[in-house]
Amino acid sequence: MKKFLLLLAILPSLTFANAEVHLDKAPIDASNHESLQRGARTFVNYCLNCHSANYMRYNRLLDIGLTEKQIADNLLFADGKVGDQMKVAMNKGDAKKWFGVAPPDLSVEVRARGADWVYTYLRGFYRDESSTTGWGNCVFDPVSCKVSMPHVLYELQGVQDMNHETHELTLTKPGRMSVAEYDSFIGDLSNYMAYMAEPAKQQRNHLGWFVLIFLGVLLVLTYKLKKAYWKDIH
Amino acid sequence: MTDTKKSAATSKLDSALSWVDDRFPLTSNVKAHLTEYYAPKNFNFWYFFGSLAMMVLVLQILTGIFLTMHYKPDADLAFGSVEYIMRDVPWGWLIRYMHSTGASMFFVVVYLHMFRGIIYGSYRTPRELLWLFGVGIFLCLMGEAFFGYLLPWGQMSYWGAQVIVNLFSAIPFIGPDVSEWLRGDYLVSDATLNRFFAFHVIALPFVLVGLVAAHLIALHEVGSNNPDGIEIKKLKDKKTGIPLDGIAFHPYYTVKDMVGVAVFLIVFSVVIFFAPEMGGYFLEANNFVPANPLVTPAHIAPVWYFTPYYSVLRAVPPILNSQFPGVAAMGLSVLVFALLPWLDKSPVKSIRYRGTLYKKWLAAFVMSFLVLGYLGTEPSNIWGQFGSWLGNAERATVVARIATTVYFAFFVLMPWYTKKDKTLPVPERVTG
Repeated sequence: MKKFLLLLAILPSLTFANAEVHLDKAPIDASNHESLQRGARTFVNYCLNCHSANYMRYNRLLDIGLTEKQIADNLLFADGKVGDQMKVAMNKGDAKKWFGVAPPDLSVEVRARGADWVYTYLRGFYRDESSTTGWGNCVFDPVSCKVSMPHVLYELQGVQDMNHETHELTLTKPGRMSVAEYDSFIGDLSNYMAYMAEPAKQQRNHLGWFVLIFLGVLLVLTYKLKKAYWKDIH
Repeated sequence: MTDTKKSAATSKLDSALSWVDDRFPLTSNVKAHLTEYYAPKNFNFWYFFGSLAMMVLVLQILTGIFLTMHYKPDADLAFGSVEYIMRDVPWGWLIRYMHSTGASMFFVVVYLHMFRGIIYGSYRTPRELLWLFGVGIFLCLMGEAFFGYLLPWGQMSYWGAQVIVNLFSAIPFIGPDVSEWLRGDYLVSDATLNRFFAFHVIALPFVLVGLVAAHLIALHEVGSNNPDGIEIKKLKDKKTGIPLDGIAFHPYYTVKDMVGVAVFLIVFSVVIFFAPEMGGYFLEANNFVPANPLVTPAHIAPVWYFTPYYSVLRAVPPILNSQFPGVAAMGLSVLVFALLPWLDKSPVKSIRYRGTLYKKWLAAFVMSFLVLGYLGTEPSNIWGQFGSWLGNAERATVVARIATTVYFAFFVLMPWYTKKDKTLPVPERVTG
């Protein structure tokens, strides 16, 4: 028994860290509507050509301080309606031919992978002439560093090269944005994608406090009721 | 209201009641199960979980009804319909989180309820059937959880179901046919989703509610056990026939259980409103990726409440290239609870009057259960390997094997150590 307990006590020290990529912390702030709006613009302009967000409706963006007119004027293309879902015209079959795999729907991507992953991934592309797209990304696959998605944002970020021994990335050709600008650009996008993955989250957190206050009062009342009824039970 | 009016109203109510009573045993049932059901007065913390489990069952049924109004049991639509509930159905996110959190909380309260039964010997004579109905409820609940987990049609839903249904193919001779029959296809598919939906929303809830009714009827027949493990029915008031240590379930325990309900709802709400994924334990991240039969996730782990048994499955090595021993051990690790009434040979029921030998075994059992539960959530290489002196065996697997052995030894050796254990004298009356 004692040996067993001892074994249990030392078990945690035997654990080994899994070989995983280091993820940078994404600047997530669901209350920062400006950041969310910038992220929404980036998402619609850059991501929503290949990736859909089929479960997200444009007019849900009223949540983050946009008006229907703003949505219609700035985010909708062609003859879309504000109540539409964020679908893409690209055909899955074509996409598979072009990229080898159809770009996944991004509605709940952050819930599957985490905002930090998205934030690190989109800043982690590097030039890799050996790959079909010309780009590699070790965040996507730490072992092979292969990824089907090309670096869509390279004009903004510039071109990074990877040191194959240290896995360190260095900017060899600057893009239109400085490193800090690009980081905050991707930060906004990650923030938006985190919001889009669960639009009800803010309401949920807000409502939670009122529910807890109500239940706290209920607890006091039920406890007093119990005490009153149990007065004469010894 | 004047007195005459009041008494007129009362007599009207009385006559309505007697009209009902002449046709349906309403008053006598209220008496038998509430106002004149005498429960021991010394129930402690552990006695909240039975009524809480009932409340969670009701919550699951109610939220489930509203979810089925919007959910689509179709492989092409299921994942999207859950997101539709989360986004477009008014308050859909709340109902869905109540249901998903309710599933985990159901197991939390049921495990604590079972543990209460074990430490106070609630399975002992004359409560064997009561205990067996309880084991039935537990099995049913596991089925409910398993079938329900496929419905969101995420990667974990899909591959979890694939793994579990494949377990049946390890049964000698009939196995492959059985698993194909369960799936309704050669792999988990739309056909599987449809039948799991039927099991989850109709078949098992019916059985579950029936078993709960049987559980309560049996309980009210034999009377509740208590932390002292003594029978309060032995000492009754000579005039009234009420047990000296008994108090009416209503109002005493109804008002007391309301306090438990309030505390439970606080915990429940903290999860629902602030951590519905519970760090990946209640809702797994991989389940936000739609099911894909062509991509197997690197690490398939069941939800936390199944992990102790899953660990047992992984811990038992295949014999003669057959996985069946592992599957059988996993089945046994669940079913073995049903044998407790006949394995326990102690002269006392409650842990309060048992000796240190039993307490040590119980502690070892609880520990092994928790260790197995933890290991089941992790890949088996989580702790790396031992050196060549142990054939480079995986550390976690070796620990899981030790824990599995302890788990079963708790039951197998119980007749021996409960008889040998030095027990304390049991009091006549309950001790608060």
